[in-house]
Amino acid sequence: MKLNVNDREVTIDADPAMPLLWALRDVIGLTGTKFGCGVAQCGACTVHLDGEAVRSCITPISDAAGKKLTTIEAATNGTDRIGAAVHAAWVKHDVAQCGYCQSGQIMSAVAFLKSLPPGQQPAPDKIDAAMAGNICRCGTYARIRAAVADAARTLA
Amino acid sequence: MLPNIDYSELPRAAQRLMARSQTGEATTLPRRSFLKLAGAGGLALGAFPHLAMAETAAGGQTISALKPTEQPSAFVQIAGNGEVTVTINRLEFGQGVHTALPMILAEELDADWSLVRSRHGSNDAAYLDPRYGIHITGGSQSIKNSFTQYRELGARARAMLLGAAAARWKVDAATLRTEAGTVLGPGGRRLGYGELAEAAMALPVPEKVTLKDPRDFRIIGRPTPRLDARAKSSGRQDFGIDTRLPGQLTAVVARPPVFGARLASVDDGAARAVRGVRAVLRVPLDRGAEGIAVVADGYWQATQGRDALKLQWDISAVEKVDSERQLAEYRELAARPGPRKLDADMAPLATAPRQLDAEFVFPYLAHAAMEPLNCTVALTEGRAELWVGSQCAGLDAAAAAGVLGLKPEQVVVHVQMAGGGFGRRFSSTSDTVVEACVIAKAARAAGLNAPLRTLWSREDDMRGGFYRPMHLHRARIGFDDQGKVLAWDHVIVGQSITTGSVFEQFQVKDGIDATATEGMRDPYPLPMRLTVHHPKLNVPVLWWRSVGSTHTAFVMETLLDEIARATKQDPVAYRMDLFGDLHPRHRAALQLAVDKSGYGKQPLPAGRAWGVAVHESFSSVVAYVVEASVKDGRPVLHRVTAGVHCNLAVNPRAVEAQVQGAAVMGLSMCLPGSAITLKDGVVEQSNFGDYTVARITDVPEFDIHIVPSAEPPTGMGEPGLPPLAPAFANAIAQLTGKPQRQLPFNIDNKS
Repeated sequence: MKLNVNDREVTIDADPAMPLLWALRDVIGLTGTKFGCGVAQCGACTVHLDGEAVRSCITPISDAAGKKLTTIEAATNGTDRIGAAVHAAWVKHDVAQCGYCQSGQIMSAVAFLKSLPPGQQPAPDKIDAAMAGNICRCGTYARIRAAVADAARTLA
Repeated sequence: MLPNIDYSELPRAAQRLMARSQTGEATTLPRRSFLKLAGAGGLALGAFPHLAMAETAAGGQTISALKPTEQPSAFVQIAGNGEVTVTINRLEFGQGVHTALPMILAEELDADWSLVRSRHGSNDAAYLDPRYGIHITGGSQSIKNSFTQYRELGARARAMLLGAAAARWKVDAATLRTEAGTVLGPGGRRLGYGELAEAAMALPVPEKVTLKDPRDFRIIGRPTPRLDARAKSSGRQDFGIDTRLPGQLTAVVARPPVFGARLASVDDGAARAVRGVRAVLRVPLDRGAEGIAVVADGYWQATQGRDALKLQWDISAVEKVDSERQLAEYRELAARPGPRKLDADMAPLATAPRQLDAEFVFPYLAHAAMEPLNCTVALTEGRAELWVGSQCAGLDAAAAAGVLGLKPEQVVVHVQMAGGGFGRRFSSTSDTVVEACVIAKAARAAGLNAPLRTLWSREDDMRGGFYRPMHLHRARIGFDDQGKVLAWDHVIVGQSITTGSVFEQFQVKDGIDATATEGMRDPYPLPMRLTVHHPKLNVPVLWWRSVGSTHTAFVMETLLDEIARATKQDPVAYRMDLFGDLHPRHRAALQLAVDKSGYGKQPLPAGRAWGVAVHESFSSVVAYVVEASVKDGRPVLHRVTAGVHCNLAVNPRAVEAQVQGAAVMGLSMCLPGSAITLKDGVVEQSNFGDYTVARITDVPEFDIHIVPSAEPPTGMGEPGLPPLAPAFANAIAQLTGKPQRQLPFNIDNKS
């Protein structure tokens, strides 16, 4: 079947029930999207379908048909204004420790900032609520908060 | 993440244990100082040892008496364009050694920091811990043990570059100086390190070098962004799980419901019929268990195959641990006599004016690192290559060799960036690596000549054992009206984590595992009798970030706080009095946290209370002053102010991150649902839905301060964890009037 992955047409031969996560990682070879729990509890696998954050570990390939799938690789490659701002803030605040969950954290942050009216600065509790689905076992949360707020400021 | 005691005997014994893995290729470093590197962007200073092997045969030799761990060739590579690549002898799994070790080397090399890169080593002998003589990432020891090593490596490489410049300009090397990747000579002459690397290669490695005066440090001590920050903020950082080799297959394992159980019957017909499944293999597992490995084109296909298996297990021969029954047994055990670690006179207990009796319960805890366990194995005739995020590459290589019937020098472990670990990637039985090798070998025997990645699901990882052990503590304390402790009778019951591991012979003495008692009593001058029981149970246990201090710090710091409150004393003043003049680092850390927090000066919002704790682990001291409240029966941590004493902070920005992260992991221990429990031998939790780890909504504001020091650095991977839970608990006790004596917290004191 055909998928639109990062603005590229990709044809893959796989069971339509296969989760997007494994299509990306094992079939297409985009490994920036991470496997953390397999049951949508940790957010490490977060990608965007038509701009909306979804957990790719429980989203079958068939759900992506006719939609634009965006992964961490494209969101942070400089072509997307909000993605670039979040990436820059993550680097500036030295957020990552082990770094494994950060693809998902960034994808959640980008989707959150895209959901805000232009120029709006999110309140701290709104940032927490938006990021509550993403686990970081290293405990980088304080810097995640700072980075999301900083990215929002740079976008204003 | 590893035992926090004197390892002075470890190198000899561990090297005996590892002797098999330390022969031949693995120890034969190039005798030439530097080698030409193919495909490395021109000529380079330094070389990978394994790569070097092929190129040394014909070369001229410069004999050096230096050990492999002292050879710049194994650690520094300088490309023609001036890029300096530093190889780290540890696993980077979040703690920041991928940046801090290069900082240390670059300092003495006088490198241009903007051109410094970092990469992992292997199980090569060059990457042994210079103090312990084994490959090890743990015990918060990476910086502590490799500080001088990496300084000397940098200084040696610099001396050779100076020598090359001196020869080029025909001047005395003593007239030259270096600055940011450049050698500066008389008359404004200058040469970049990249231009000198080839000539430097021909020079011998100096044995003796002079190190900088710490006052001249310009990289060490400067808050420095991580070298891996960009890659880790863009999905470009590969971890072990991302290893992709041509033709690679993936295996998942159907594991027994009870540790150590075997298969009674197998119906794999449906599994074999799943699209993408290539093999279904019955394999031996850790602890004498059996399982079924399903090998498929990818992880999802493999799990589809696993789901289609019809298995019956024989659990009759294995002990089926039940947490409730276990607690009752621990209570019974605590009342019995046992071996004593400390043996003060308990006579004053009977006559002490005040008495305090307390029981503490701590559950099993899973490491739950975000990257599930995995190991990729490629077998060819007489050789194995492994890609794995390993905290113990040498021991894992030796274990792999044993399974594969190879000589240890035929096994190469490519250490991969790991998504957390917290101790789990140093398994006492190398279980992850052994399992992957068993499956790879079976797959090859079944005709599958492909690299094989064995990948654990989250459920496999969480139910797979190797937990921080469950513990019961019981204390009976007699003290006077001034809070002076007259006698403290203490009992600890819990499984020994080092029994059966490489550390057993040094850690377990007279029936007591030192890792179970670390953090007890000291540094407080208390008359304590400490009895320890180590029951044996069918639950695999392991070190877990900050090891014994995960429970001992909680017990010590909450009980002392309780005595202070009972005798109407300020908890800070009470501790300071006990420290006296003997523990200046404890005093300094606590005072800094107190000063910066506003404790005792600044009024708190209604409903909040202060909580204080201080604890030394792994040679570093961390003090917390926290603000907490109880909202709808749930404890809330608002603010954490830290005072940290780790001597010289190599990268203060990383120290801050480690304290924040360790505090969050300590906070996790307090939250409802942060426990692994067993029922009829089966682990009851399976994923993040029923095993709580802290989320962003649980996390306080942080304010972290480091006590200035120029003393040689101590580690910071773990010491931020132990004092968080007791500081939080002490604040909760202030608010509720009831002490917290278990983790996770039990605010309503429901049993």
